[in-house]
Amino acid sequence: MIELRNLRRDFQVGDQTVHALADINLRVAAGEYLAVTGPSGSGKSTLLNVLGLLDHPSGGHYLFEGRDTTTLDDQAQAELRNRRIGFVFQFFHLVPRLTARQNVELPMILAGIEPRERARRASHTLARLGMSDRVHHRPDQLSGGQRQRVAIARAVVMQPALLLADEPTGNLDQASGADVIRILEDLNQQGITLVVVTHDQSIASRAHRRVHIVDGRIDQDSGGNEGA
Amino acid sequence: MKARDVIDFAAGALRGYRMRSLLMLLAMAIGVAAVVVLTSLGEGARRYVANQFSALGTNLLIVLPGRSETAGASPATLLGETPRDLTLDDARALERSRHIRRVAPVSLGTSVVSWRSRERDSVILGSSAEFLPLRHWNMAQGRFLPAGDLDNAEAVCVIGENVRRELFGMHRALGEWLRIGEYRFRVIGILESKGQSIGVNTKNLIMIPVASAQQIFNNPSLFRILVEARSREAMPLAKRDILDIIRDRHQGEEDITVITQDAVLATFDRIFSALTYTVGGIAAISLAVAGILIMNVMLVAVTQRTAEIGLLKALGAPGRHILLLFVAEAALLSAAGAVIGMALGQLGSYALRTAFPELPAWAPWWASLAAIGTAMITGVLFSLLPARRAARLDPVMALARRQT
Repeated sequence: MIELRNLRRDFQVGDQTVHALADINLRVAAGEYLAVTGPSGSGKSTLLNVLGLLDHPSGGHYLFEGRDTTTLDDQAQAELRNRRIGFVFQFFHLVPRLTARQNVELPMILAGIEPRERARRASHTLARLGMSDRVHHRPDQLSGGQRQRVAIARAVVMQPALLLADEPTGNLDQASGADVIRILEDLNQQGITLVVVTHDQSIASRAHRRVHIVDGRIDQDSGGNEGA
Repeated sequence: MKARDVIDFAAGALRGYRMRSLLMLLAMAIGVAAVVVLTSLGEGARRYVANQFSALGTNLLIVLPGRSETAGASPATLLGETPRDLTLDDARALERSRHIRRVAPVSLGTSVVSWRSRERDSVILGSSAEFLPLRHWNMAQGRFLPAGDLDNAEAVCVIGENVRRELFGMHRALGEWLRIGEYRFRVIGILESKGQSIGVNTKNLIMIPVASAQQIFNNPSLFRILVEARSREAMPLAKRDILDIIRDRHQGEEDITVITQDAVLATFDRIFSALTYTVGGIAAISLAVAGILIMNVMLVAVTQRTAEIGLLKALGAPGRHILLLFVAEAALLSAAGAVIGMALGQLGSYALRTAFPELPAWAPWWASLAAIGTAMITGVLFSLLPARRAARLDPVMALARRQT
């Protein structure tokens, strides 16, 4: 489903070139549960951004469902993000002036789906995540764990193939964090491909496959199908 | 993304930042209101002057003695002669032209007027029966000067409202004899007040037959001759006839000036239209300022909402959606500002009309359209730069910021 070939991402810091990602080769099959770990600044977030088409690689190729994304234009990439990829962020990134349901409706608004269908699907998705009684609350009326559930609902409402989570528990207490991880794993059980970036070993250890990154390179890959 | 959703989202964003939206709305509204009020003022002044001139009469030509242009040297200029006077015979001669409907000679002066012990100075206007229809004046009481031979110096007069009140007070004026200079005149009519009309106020006027005026002032020359052409189209022909007839009578000398009311009116019209355009243009600058304000505030909004923009991109909004959202915000603001400004402007010109009833201060339709158009165009145009900046924002950078 995902294939990275000799992927590079360089940043220009002053007159120095920093290799945030260097020579990454990675394959992720559909339905996998992958944890990306590594120290701060190792490039794991950059990898996630590249996977989510938010960042453009400086070199190499990124094949998503067999299509080389490096040749797609803004419009086509946006459409992929909209329909095939879901994001969950550490800081939730809910729009503060919108209610939980309106936040969940956002990707469907962008996709041009009818209002009635949007409301139905948003309510349904929130209900699946146990948020039926919080549909009309705004983010500032929700707890951290509830906000992250809304964010997850928003990420999966378009039924994407790939769910990317960047430190999804980083801003949550132990209990809500565990809750969120369970939800993500449930979604994975139902077939979604899950990639979680984390520095929490206990979370990483739950994943079926762990990729450890150091200085922009894959240091360890428990899946071991690198270079295939 | 559907148009309706774009508008909803933009409106939601505007509601989310109330203070900022209100300030931009205010700036736009003031700009549009300024254009409406100032152009209505200019237009009001133009129409006021136009009304004043049309009150003079229709298809009116004014014949003045003397030439207003000095083209070449004639024997008269060499000898330092004054131009020939206009006389009653000149006026009578003009009636021959078939392009002329009415001719009214005018002799003007001031004199002391008295009735019993009361006296005052008054403007004395000598003319003929034709004067009344020619100037579109009306009688309040009695009748106007009698028709007949211009040389007939009948001792009758028609007085204005102020003259009647000051000389006669509560006493009945019609039929009374009043004294003008050395002569006695019987009051046969009272003029209806028409207000000020290019220097002559009907209220303060005393009208007598032109021959009588020539006697009082001991002057056979006329102040001017008023001529009404048969139609608007006949005016140039009437003017040519006047010049021909008077030249024949003045030994081939063209020593008169013919002013058409249209020419005067056209000049004033041009002046006041220019004035209206100018104040409108100045007011439009405030619209441009409002546009720049919108740009500024939108730039701040883009910075404030980087996280939101990054999020929308992550959720699958292409750059042009983001551009559209921000432009829609500015367009909504501009439209709302234009509507409010329009209402304020109409209110302002209504207040002007109430305060100065003589000033028909209606904003011209083109100014209202231009104000709304300029507001929309500046709003959208000045939002393009911030919107493009938003559209090009790197989502990774945008999302890197902390936000709940």
